[in-house]
Amino acid sequence: MLKLPSVPGATPPRPGTPAAEPKTKLDNAAEAATAALGWLDERTALSGTARFVMFRKVPKGTNWFYTLGTSTMFAFMSQVITGVILAMFYDPSPNRAYESMRYINNDVWAGQFVHGMHRWGATVMVIFIFLHMGRTFFFGAYKYPRELNWVIGVLLVLLVMIMAFTGYLLPWDQRAYWATAVGVNIFASAPIAGPYLGDFLRAGPDFGATTLSRFYSIHMLVLPGLIMGLIGAHLYLVIKHGTTAPPWVTAELDEELRSEEV
Amino acid sequence: MNRREKEQYLREYAVLKSKGKPFFPYVVAKDGGMVIVVIGTILTLSYLLGGTIASKADPTTTTWVPRPEWYYYFVFELLRVVKPSSITPLATVGIPTIALLLLLLLPFYDRSPERHPLRRPVATTAGVLTILAMAYLTWMGAEGGAPSSIDMKTPPSIVKEGGAQLALYEYGKEVIPSSGCLACHKIGENGNPGPGPNLTRIADRLPEAGIAQTLRNPTAPMPSFKNLPPQQFKAVVNYLSTLTKEHEEEK
Ligand code: HEC
Ligand code: HEM
Repeated sequence: MLKLPSVPGATPPRPGTPAAEPKTKLDNAAEAATAALGWLDERTALSGTARFVMFRKVPKGTNWFYTLGTSTMFAFMSQVITGVILAMFYDPSPNRAYESMRYINNDVWAGQFVHGMHRWGATVMVIFIFLHMGRTFFFGAYKYPRELNWVIGVLLVLLVMIMAFTGYLLPWDQRAYWATAVGVNIFASAPIAGPYLGDFLRAGPDFGATTLSRFYSIHMLVLPGLIMGLIGAHLYLVIKHGTTAPPWVTAELDEELRSEEV
Repeated sequence: MNRREKEQYLREYAVLKSKGKPFFPYVVAKDGGMVIVVIGTILTLSYLLGGTIASKADPTTTTWVPRPEWYYYFVFELLRVVKPSSITPLATVGIPTIALLLLLLLPFYDRSPERHPLRRPVATTAGVLTILAMAYLTWMGAEGGAPSSIDMKTPPSIVKEGGAQLALYEYGKEVIPSSGCLACHKIGENGNPGPGPNLTRIADRLPEAGIAQTLRNPTAPMPSFKNLPPQQFKAVVNYLSTLTKEHEEEK
């Protein structure tokens, strides 16, 4: 079992330490901070977990390919923040949607920049999620004991693609309208389930007003919730199992081990 | 993987892990560096390209060629690659669905303990081929104007006629794809197989007046095009009324 170092702040100042130097403001601040952390830890007992997460060992050979998952997560966080800002000004009714986007672009301070971050952040996130999936595929990281994490990952890809699809309609401009109309038609042309799927996406027989509000609630409530939950489960499993070592790093080939055997 | 292989893996992993470095600060530093690149890319793209919007959505004048975001080009492109229209739905929905299921179930049918990409020839080849196929389709989707133009030869008899009739014909051939018709119709090998009927031989079943009537007063979901400028409207009707079996076979 892992032996954990003691919490630095939780222990009271040791008696007998030289009292020569007078306390500075910095000392006081540090003391207040450790006291607050101590208070929290006394009630949550989270410091052990935090220390375990931060100081757990990561196998030899961990390289830049292992940053792709974190990159995806930060792209997602950027989407959440810019999305929340856009939602403050966006109006999901067909009469107002386009005008509210125009308002964001032209009148809100840094509005077009935030809008652009959300638009291009989606592209960046899609690129990184596929790179991350490729990495875990070629490294064989989906094998025992990380199968479930792979399955969660594939669900995340699916949700992220639906996220991109539903978000594309929201500006309610010509590009959004016609591209999404065709997209829904493609879904609706599927055998058996297609017509039902089409009706569900359009929220009725016609592509129009009701479609927009349905896409909006899927895009900004349903999917983000699901994605956050799944990312949480994903990271829990990552920490529980630890990240793989690259497949070309093996214990048998390790030189020290070999010299021990000789 | 059987029990012995599982245990062997866990043992080996424990060794590698014990020889590794702590997450903080080593991995945190690497991740942090990459996160700066990611956020920097988003900021730069937004600064350079911004969040532009086109003109307001207008269900009646489709002056916009329907195009999805680039990462959906491959689905879009399947529409064009898979020619017989009877199986396109199977392809556009079926292929991604099957691919998704294959991905989802991957750890359950690939059960060998081997992890090195070069010693997993089947998995690695399949992965590389999938990436190449998607890259190719995406590239085709970005390159090909479809369905923004009609890629069909002008029948020789119309070329021979020349003059105003030929000019009107060529004009109609431009107006139709730029009015979004191909989003819902197929003409020759161009455009989508639905929801509208294939128009390749429309003139054989609908006279010119009937075509004009359909454009003015269509059944849903086809939008009405009675607001098109008269010259364009005329060109569209004229073009469609040349689409006969006879003309098709001339080429
Ligand atoms: C939103 C999708 C959509 C768009 C865009 C669209 N159509 Fe249609 N069109 C349809 C559907 C669906 C039908 C079948 C309606 C019916 O059965 O009456 C149809 C029917 C037709 C017909 C009659 C076909 C027949 O066999 O009776 C013609 C002609 C036609 N469309 C021409 C056009 C032209 C020209 C354009 C572009 C200016 C266009 N359509 C744009 C969906 C569309
Ligand atoms: C929102 C999307 C995702 C986020 C935020 C995310 C995050 C992470 C993080 C931070 C790690 C740690 C190691 C690393 O970064 O490489 C990881 C590992 C892993 N991820 Fe993801 N991931 C996402 C999507 C996916 C997808 C789409 C797949 C595959 C289909 C996947 C499969 C895996 C697997 C198998 C591991 C274990 C890898 C190992 O131990 O080497 N993840 N993920």
